[in-house]
Amino acid sequence: MFEPVLTRHINEPEAYTLDFYVRHGGYQPLRTALGMTPEAITDAVKRSGLRGRGGAGFPTGLKWSFVPKDIPKPKYLCINADESEPGTFKDHVLLERNPHLLFEGCVIACRAIGATACYIYIRGEFFHLQEQLEAELVKARAAGYVGRNILGSGVDCDIWVHRGAGAYEAGEETALIESLEGKRAQPRLKPPFPAVVGLYGCPTVVNNVETICNVPVIIEKGPEWFAAIGPEKNSGPKLFCVSGHVKKPGVYEAAMDVTLRQLIYDYAGGIREDRAIKAIIPGGSSTPVLLPDQLDVQCSFDGLVAAGSMLGSAAIIVMDETTSMVWAAKNLIHFYKHESCGKCTPCREGVDWLYNILDKIERGDGEGRDIDLLLSVCDNIGGKTLCPFGDAEIAPVLSTIQHFRAEYETYIRTGESPVHSDFRADEPVAAH
Amino acid sequence: MSFHPQMPYGEGWHKSERATAEPGPPFAFSAEHRAQLEELCTHYPPERRKSAILAALYLVQAQQGYITGNAMRHVAEVIGCTAADVEDVVTYYVMFFTRPVGTYVLQVCRTLSCALNGAEQVTAALCRHLQVAPNQTTADGMFTVMEFECLGACDRAPVVMVNNEHWHECQRPEDVAGLVDGLRTGGLASLSTCHLVKERT
Repeated sequence: MFEPVLTRHINEPEAYTLDFYVRHGGYQPLRTALGMTPEAITDAVKRSGLRGRGGAGFPTGLKWSFVPKDIPKPKYLCINADESEPGTFKDHVLLERNPHLLFEGCVIACRAIGATACYIYIRGEFFHLQEQLEAELVKARAAGYVGRNILGSGVDCDIWVHRGAGAYEAGEETALIESLEGKRAQPRLKPPFPAVVGLYGCPTVVNNVETICNVPVIIEKGPEWFAAIGPEKNSGPKLFCVSGHVKKPGVYEAAMDVTLRQLIYDYAGGIREDRAIKAIIPGGSSTPVLLPDQLDVQCSFDGLVAAGSMLGSAAIIVMDETTSMVWAAKNLIHFYKHESCGKCTPCREGVDWLYNILDKIERGDGEGRDIDLLLSVCDNIGGKTLCPFGDAEIAPVLSTIQHFRAEYETYIRTGESPVHSDFRADEPVAAH
Repeated sequence: MSFHPQMPYGEGWHKSERATAEPGPPFAFSAEHRAQLEELCTHYPPERRKSAILAALYLVQAQQGYITGNAMRHVAEVIGCTAADVEDVVTYYVMFFTRPVGTYVLQVCRTLSCALNGAEQVTAALCRHLQVAPNQTTADGMFTVMEFECLGACDRAPVVMVNNEHWHECQRPEDVAGLVDGLRTGGLASLSTCHLVKERT
């Protein structure tokens, strides 16, 4: 039986406070880590098998090891708390209920990569969390866990919270760095990678909130304990966000051998009014949809790739039988159209075209050639942009056409949606 | 540095002062906001004050509600960059308003999880109740209704963000009159706020 690790105490009112955290063993791993060499910390994280929780699933220890040791420049750690992938709300829980776990992970990670400053880049919309985070940071600093000469070890590491201002693209690591430098959140050409040339031209590691929250756990319980949780190469506790047409939407912690069926029916209580599932987005809006006959797929990085999708940010959006797939694709393309940073032409122009075609179909003016046109536009976006945004924005269109082409065809032929959705407005207000 | 090797660019030549936003009334930070900004600048290396641009722009909004051309010039001066650098940022991020907005800006999340839980109906009900279209402000200047993309509260859908800093969750279309009345009479204190703690304990 899996015991929650990251969210063990989240239901207790005082869980976010320094007193509570220390009383439950908090900041002990930091003491351990201060007695370890940076190489030993990185090695422990490597052996744990921890993979990045932000979306790509890149091995965290390996990422840290790319930071050059012999460069005299300062080094930086940036925490990606720009949680913006549609359907994702896991980092919110950690930031709100377990901030000291994040701070502790930051200091340990900074020690591993040789950084003395860490910026937590929090999305502008999470202002209500920022106030509390900063208040807790002040306490951690006063108690000597953060700042100068941490716990008398001679190690310095300060943490600052930096507020974004509403840009999905800031979740991409080089765009996050640009935004932190006070510019538009637009991605950089890679290489050079941030590990060598990142924030202010210095070596930088960008890690997701959940990723860093796993670091103190690895130090406390050991990499072998961590690696034994879940399937091989998909180790450790994982937070899953379940939303959409489920009875109990929420953040659920499980090992990555959990199946979609368990998450949707056991954890999230099943589908509202016990309806049938039509489609599931397993890892945030950028991941291809899955069908109800794939419910027994394992929700791990590798399990979902094998099923033709991705774990992404583990944001599971469930759509019941009354959902129009053309509408769902249009909803998500509206998001991408709004959020495209505009730097690469295929993404910026292509997403507008996708939206216009989907809008035309939805208005009842679709033509037979529109489906092939959508596919062709997608083909001209995928793999042709600086960052993965281009690949992300075509996923909802490609996968809904792949699995629900007949629905698109019916919609185009009859001029109206084959399904009636009771959650929609009779007359939606104009989007712009 | 110059953009063309043959051009006689001197000091300041390549610094654009272009700013297309309406200048608006004269603007300067209040002493309190200026002090807050200087404190925020200490979070970054001394030569990297530009990192505080977003924070400076939030302070502009706190002071005069929206960001004007004069405000951009002032921020440029205080930060030590060009007005074009500031405008570049202002026009990119969605949380900066470049025109006057209502006392309460109601931003309804419209992305998939909220939409699956009735966000379209919430926006339609709000617009009907306040007799405005999205992005419009009521005649009394109290409310602006906007649609917003994923706020990251999909388990408490549909969610409404008020004035960039406050949340109201699990909004039902039939309750929008209550939301509006609550704001009129009780102000921001009437919002549900982020209620994870309450719900879990």
